[in-house]
Amino acid sequence: MKKASVMDIPDVPKGQLPPHLELQRTRVLCGSDAPTHSEGIQYSGAYASMGIDNSLRLDDFCNKFRVEIIQLTEDEMEFDMIGIDASVANAFRRILIAEIPTMAIEKILMVNNTSVIADDVLSHRIGLIPLDVDPRLFEYLSGNDSPNERNTIVFKLHVSCKKSGPRITVKSDQLKWLPNGSELEMASPNPSAKPKSYTSFTCSQDSLPEFSNKPIGLKHEDIIVAKLGPGQEIELEAHAIKGLGKTHAKWSPVATAWYRMLPEVVLLEDVEGELAEELVKKCPVNVFEDIEDLATGKKKAVVANPRACTLCRECILKIESTGALPPEVLFSEAVKVLEDKCDRVISELS
Amino acid sequence: MEHGSITDVRSSTFSLMDEDHTLANSVRFTLNQDPRVEFCGYSIPHPSENRVNIRVQTTGDPAKEVFKDALQNLLVMSQHVRTTFDRAVQDYRAQPHNTIGSDGRL
Repeated sequence: MKKASVMDIPDVPKGQLPPHLELQRTRVLCGSDAPTHSEGIQYSGAYASMGIDNSLRLDDFCNKFRVEIIQLTEDEMEFDMIGIDASVANAFRRILIAEIPTMAIEKILMVNNTSVIADDVLSHRIGLIPLDVDPRLFEYLSGNDSPNERNTIVFKLHVSCKKSGPRITVKSDQLKWLPNGSELEMASPNPSAKPKSYTSFTCSQDSLPEFSNKPIGLKHEDIIVAKLGPGQEIELEAHAIKGLGKTHAKWSPVATAWYRMLPEVVLLEDVEGELAEELVKKCPVNVFEDIEDLATGKKKAVVANPRACTLCRECILKIESTGALPPEVLFSEAVKVLEDKCDRVISELS
Repeated sequence: MEHGSITDVRSSTFSLMDEDHTLANSVRFTLNQDPRVEFCGYSIPHPSENRVNIRVQTTGDPAKEVFKDALQNLLVMSQHVRTTFDRAVQDYRAQPHNTIGSDGRL
C-alpha cells in the first residue's frame, strides 16, 4: 500500500499558516490581565510539521526591513523599525545607554572650597554636567598614560562671593575651558627643579583644527552647581576623560532610550451610536474618532490614532540625547558597537 | 572559550568574558533561526561576574561553525540596519517638515 504523506491530505494548507496561528506568530496580544504570546516563535523548526519554514533568511530580512522616522530634532528622535525582533532592538537600547563613549569630568583638583556644599558632593555634581564635545575626537586615558591633549579636557572654576554682597548662585557657565592644560603645579620634592603640572599638554588644544572653530564648552549653561554666601569661595580644576555608561551613569550619552511595540487596535465588533461617543470620550489619548456612517445616519467609532495608545513584530524606538552627539549619530554608533562585539567574538573563535 | 567534547563536535558551550544580555540575547535569536540548530540558550552564571555561557547543540555540523555563522548573520543584519537607518535619516532631512505644535499635533 502506498504510504500517504501528511502533506497530501487536501485540507492541510501548504505554505501558509492558518490565520489564527499566523496571528500568534506575528502579534503580541494584550489579554485583560497580561500580554500573551510575547515571546517570538523563534525556533526554526517550530512549524515543520505544517511544512512552513520559520528559519531566518538574510535576504528575506533585508527585503522586509524598513525604518520610518517620525520625529528628528537636535536633541530627540523617534522612529519605527519594521521587521526586526525585540531581542535585537533591546540590544541596541542597552548599547545606547551603557556602551557608547562620552566625555565627562572625572578628576577634580580642589584648591579652595569654603562653601556649604561638601567637597565630594560638589565633585559629584560637577561630574554629572554634560559636555558639548564629540567623544570620537579623543582617546581613552588608561592607568599608565599621562594626561595629555589627546585624552583630557581641563576646566577651571573660580567663584567667590564678596563679603558685603548678596548671595550668588554658581551656574555651569562659570566653568572655563583651559585649552593649555592644567595651571596648577604638583608639589615637587626638589625645590629648585621646574615645577611639574598635573597634565602634560604638548600643544594648546585650541590650535587643533577640531577645536579652533568651535571651542569646547558645556551643553547647558544654566545648571546650578552651588550657592555661595558672603565671604565664601570655590576654586577648583576639573579634568574630563572618556568613559562608558557601564562604569558610571555620567558617561551615558542619552537622557533615556526606550522602545515599545507598535500598538494595533482592532475593534472586534462595530461600536455604534451612543456607545461610540462614550468610547471616544473615555480614551485619554484620543485613539478613537467618531465618523458619521452616512448610510444609516448613526455614528461609528474608528481607530484614528493607534500610535498614541499606551498598550505585530513592529518596534517604535525613541532616543533622547543629552546633547554631545545628535541622536541619529548615537544610533549609528550603537549599531557599530554591536558589529564590533560580533567581530571580536568571531576572531576569538577562529 | 569553548567547552566541548573531543568526540562529539555537535554540541558545546561557549563561555564569553565581558559580555552580557546585550550580545547573548541577540546571538541566541539568530542561532534559533538557523535550521541546523537543535538547541540553543544562554545563561549568566552570576550577575556580579561579567561572563555569559552560550550552549549550542546542532543536528550534525560542528557547533563552532554554526555559532560563527550566527555571529556573522548578526553582523550582516546590523550593517543592513545601519545603512537603512542612515538612508532614512537622509531622506527625512531632504523633505521639508512642519513643526509640531504645542498640543503635540502637526
